[in-house]
Amino acid sequence: MEDSDSVAVARAKAGDGDAYRELVDRHSRGVFRLAFRMTGNEHDSEDVVQETFLRAYRQLHRYEARSSFATWLYRIAANYSLDLVRRRKRRGDVPLTAPAEDDGVERARGIPSPQPDPERLAFSGAIQERVRQAMDELSRQERTAFVLRHFEGQSIEEISGALGLSENAAKHSIFRAVQKLRRALEPLVTS
Amino acid sequence: MTHLEEEQLVLYYYGELETADLEKHLGECESCRRAYQNLQRVLNSVDGFPVPERPADYESRVWSALQHHLPRARPRMKWLAWKPLAAAAAMAGLMAAAFFAGQFSKKPQTVAADPRARERVLLVAVGDHLERSQMVLIELANAGAPKDGSLDISYQQRAAEDLVESNRLYRTTAANAGDVATASLLDELERVLLEIAHSPSRVSGRQLDELRKEIEDRGILFKVKVFGQQVEQREAAPENAATL
Repeated sequence: MEDSDSVAVARAKAGDGDAYRELVDRHSRGVFRLAFRMTGNEHDSEDVVQETFLRAYRQLHRYEARSSFATWLYRIAANYSLDLVRRRKRRGDVPLTAPAEDDGVERARGIPSPQPDPERLAFSGAIQERVRQAMDELSRQERTAFVLRHFEGQSIEEISGALGLSENAAKHSIFRAVQKLRRALEPLVTS
Repeated sequence: MTHLEEEQLVLYYYGELETADLEKHLGECESCRRAYQNLQRVLNSVDGFPVPERPADYESRVWSALQHHLPRARPRMKWLAWKPLAAAAAMAGLMAAAFFAGQFSKKPQTVAADPRARERVLLVAVGDHLERSQMVLIELANAGAPKDGSLDISYQQRAAEDLVESNRLYRTTAANAGDVATASLLDELERVLLEIAHSPSRVSGRQLDELRKEIEDRGILFKVKVFGQQVEQREAAPENAATL
């Protein structure tokens, strides 16, 4: 995939529109998944997909293959997702997946919420729901760093570069994210 | 025995830690092994984070919505469009060769020595250079109000950097060929391109206004446009070619 991406990037840089379409075809679902994991909002994620490919096209001449095209593209998507979440926060918008206030307090203490009742739901469904809730509890920086590390397989060095953080700060964002997820999920998955 | 810290286990899970000593410890210490297994269960469960499925034709939909917003590539001489600076250097070399051929050749009617042929070479190259410069100036002149306090002009800035280099070569070549009008316009254009190239990649509304004022005060966009039209006319009527 990386080799064929490099070929497509070189052709796209030379003005071949079909080559850029190939890159969009290969990566649009991946960018959507990343965006949704970061924003938790389907509509925002579609916005991220469009804006990411537009920005990448405009910046293509700057891409120098020091990292893979996918890593570079996902970095653009992650930063735009982060901007989007920040703007929503400033405007006071509530994310679609945001949990109820009292439920959040319980989870912050690491106490499993009684709803939804795992006995009444399929077990995997309950875990998925709890994962979604736990992800919403992360701060923006923790969530971004964690998503890039866990789902996109980016190294701490790459994450620090993508987010403009020191490696230590990127590492600690991931640690804090894992601690919070652990508090929220461990009672469910290790019982 | 010192137990492993949670941070070490996390780095190990993600393959960001030397493994030999750690794996040896995990093999020997039941407490740490249990802690790592719990961490594995938690992090593996996160893989189940639900993401809505996209329709089968998702890629086509993305492309359909996207393609109307992508800048269109304008048709031009491909070898000129590919690397502006390389093209400028090649043109300048060609001009210099033609110039010296004209100086020393015993056969003044050869194509290389023909002043009109030299001018045609410069016309074609400068015409394309002006077209590219004009696009950068228009994009800045028509840029919308900055969102969130600043506007990303890194694309135009990078383009201006490339254009400054080729502009220098064309200006020097025109001056050496005695084409004062072309050299003078390129000199003015170079000052504006330098302003853009030296601007921050993100500009505030005030900085953008200053750049626009620089472009407007010099009337450079108008001059480039008029000059470009003259170049086109000269190209269309080579027999009448003379110094612009």
